[in-house]
Amino acid sequence: MSDTLIKVEGVSKKFCRSFKRSLWYGMQDLGREVTGRRQGDISELRDDEFWAVKDVSFDLKRGECLGLVGPNGAGKTTLLRMLNGLIKPDKGRIEMRGRVGALIALGAGFNPILTGRENVYVNATVLGLSKKKIDEKLDEIVDFAEIEAFIDSPVQNYSSGMAVRLGFSVAAVLKPDVLLLDEVLAVGDMAFRVKCGNRIREMMSNAAVILVSHSMEFISWYATKVMVMQGGGTKRLTSSVHEGIRVYETLNIQKNAPSGKGGVEMLEAELVNKKQKLKDDVLCYIRRETLHLSLKFFVSDVGVGSCLDIRVGDGSGKVIINYRVVKNNSDSYKIFPPGEHTVCLDLGEIELTGGLYEIMAEFYDENRHVVFKRCDSVARFFVDSDLITYTKVTKNANIL
Amino acid sequence: MLIQRVQLNAPTLPPQLLVAHNVGYWQEPEGSANTRHSCENMPEQSELKKTIYTPDSSLASPGVMLREMFADLAAGRELAWRLAVRDIRGQYRQAFLGILWAFILPLANTLAWIFLNSTGVVKIADTVLPYPVYVFTGTMLWAIFMDALNSPLQQINAAKGMLSKLNFPREALILSGIYQTLFNALIKIVLLLGVLFLMSLAPGGSLLFFPLGVVSLILVGTALGLLIAPVGILYTDVGRALPLLMQFLMYVTPVVFPMPKEGWVSTLFTLNPLTPLILTTRDWLTGVSPEFIAYFVAVNIASVVLLLVVWVIYRLAMPVLIERMSA
Repeated sequence: MSDTLIKVEGVSKKFCRSFKRSLWYGMQDLGREVTGRRQGDISELRDDEFWAVKDVSFDLKRGECLGLVGPNGAGKTTLLRMLNGLIKPDKGRIEMRGRVGALIALGAGFNPILTGRENVYVNATVLGLSKKKIDEKLDEIVDFAEIEAFIDSPVQNYSSGMAVRLGFSVAAVLKPDVLLLDEVLAVGDMAFRVKCGNRIREMMSNAAVILVSHSMEFISWYATKVMVMQGGGTKRLTSSVHEGIRVYETLNIQKNAPSGKGGVEMLEAELVNKKQKLKDDVLCYIRRETLHLSLKFFVSDVGVGSCLDIRVGDGSGKVIINYRVVKNNSDSYKIFPPGEHTVCLDLGEIELTGGLYEIMAEFYDENRHVVFKRCDSVARFFVDSDLITYTKVTKNANIL
Repeated sequence: MLIQRVQLNAPTLPPQLLVAHNVGYWQEPEGSANTRHSCENMPEQSELKKTIYTPDSSLASPGVMLREMFADLAAGRELAWRLAVRDIRGQYRQAFLGILWAFILPLANTLAWIFLNSTGVVKIADTVLPYPVYVFTGTMLWAIFMDALNSPLQQINAAKGMLSKLNFPREALILSGIYQTLFNALIKIVLLLGVLFLMSLAPGGSLLFFPLGVVSLILVGTALGLLIAPVGILYTDVGRALPLLMQFLMYVTPVVFPMPKEGWVSTLFTLNPLTPLILTTRDWLTGVSPEFIAYFVAVNIASVVLLLVVWVIYRLAMPVLIERMSA
């Protein structure tokens, strides 16, 4: 009783870098298409062409959700457009079963001059609903969008939030077998986002879903499988969501050169716990393990000495925790006099949720007026957990 | 094979599914397809539609393609209507002069030619009809043809955003353009009839045929417009060159000038397939007996064939064009 709704076999698509050439190739393809000579796989690249999607294969059943992640230009959207039948693959085969719904262009076909009500009819018809169905669902759509008072005013007078809310509400009426989502999971204000989230969950429960997002929170909430794409190819296809996220986040690592006035040199930095494991070149910790950082640095003649902050930032570089390196059991900074130092710091229990983190070190003078040296990502680690949230730091509250 | 498998699975299948299998073509491999969803959500749909995308040109299986073409045309009717209503409302709601715009241009054109003729700046041969009527009917009919000709390219260009993001029957765009052309044509026709009535020209029974003339103008216009649309989407040169070309074409069609009696220009007028269209339609409108009926019918038949061919081309071209529309 297999219920595979999407079957993608060895699909590739080429794109052209040069615009002028691209148009000319378009003419050639047109000719080939019309004379029926476009048969079988087209595997040779013409000048200026590259594979935007390369040899991608996967299956998806009803009830599953594939999280499609990858850096910009990895081919995610191109793949989605092929699945939606907008463009044809150059190689391979795609098989889709059932009705395909896409939450991609919210409010497609809206004419700003027309009223909200008129636009609902246009937009819903573009998405494939019949007039009868729209008549039935109109109240539901307007209710969901919370714009009763404005439904008969022209859409150009709507706030941008209202317009997307209306667009979302129309699309959310669909009950597709295959659902394609491209970064539209949250629109409008916070209250509406909660509603969106719940509605999408409803739509997903009975569909095979492909979700493209750069937000690992969304991926971890919704996805049951993750495909990491890079340069058009599949870097990893896995049913372990946090593994997929790890592979994706390690792709994004960039090294920034140290900055600051100088006077302090970082020599070595290492995370030194026994239980950590190396996976895909990244140290992996279990959530709530303790974290020890060993540092070796050299302070040259900078007056009294240097004090030190250690920071933990998430994959995007946002600082989440700041540690002050202090004198024994006091609240004041330890000052490192000139010379070489080796210290091992106890950073405590990691109460971070799943994802990739990096450790930064920043050296100051004792008044914290001058930055001697700021080193981004002296070390990085991955918290191996399915618990992934926006807040990054998540603690457990015990019942007393 | 198929029959065997269906029988094998028969006990587990609901009856609707069996029916679907018998009519479905051989590509249905999974006999015990899921029906849970279909039964819950869409009782009207008992079998999941299967769509396959490959690099092959759909010309390889013409039967399937033809079926899909007409299925999409049927499926796109409602959308076409909605889009047409949207565009018409949007256009006229924001215009103070409203539907006047449907005929202001040809009207201005008419006045210019009447002026040129009456002042003797341009010497125009005598026409059977009074010259103002001749030029007014001519420019109005020509405007209808131009509307139809421009519409496919315009519609596709206006819907680029939608095309590159959503999958809907592409026929709807063309059909919507035809609806809009018809709407605008209707306004012009009302005006034409009004003017004829004022000038006390009784068209008589031949007026019954006049709608046929208008339809064939739109048919030929749409076929030609759809023919240039695929290239026109890729290269804007087409859209720019078109008005130039059409201007020239207008002067070798009996729109403002009567048919020349002799010389190579006369041959040019006769060879121009638009000549019988404009002449016959005008004759029906004004109650003159038409002389080019056979030519008129031939052009129409050729246009129907052309429309079918360019429709196929349009379908084949769409994915290629969308690929180049936005990266």
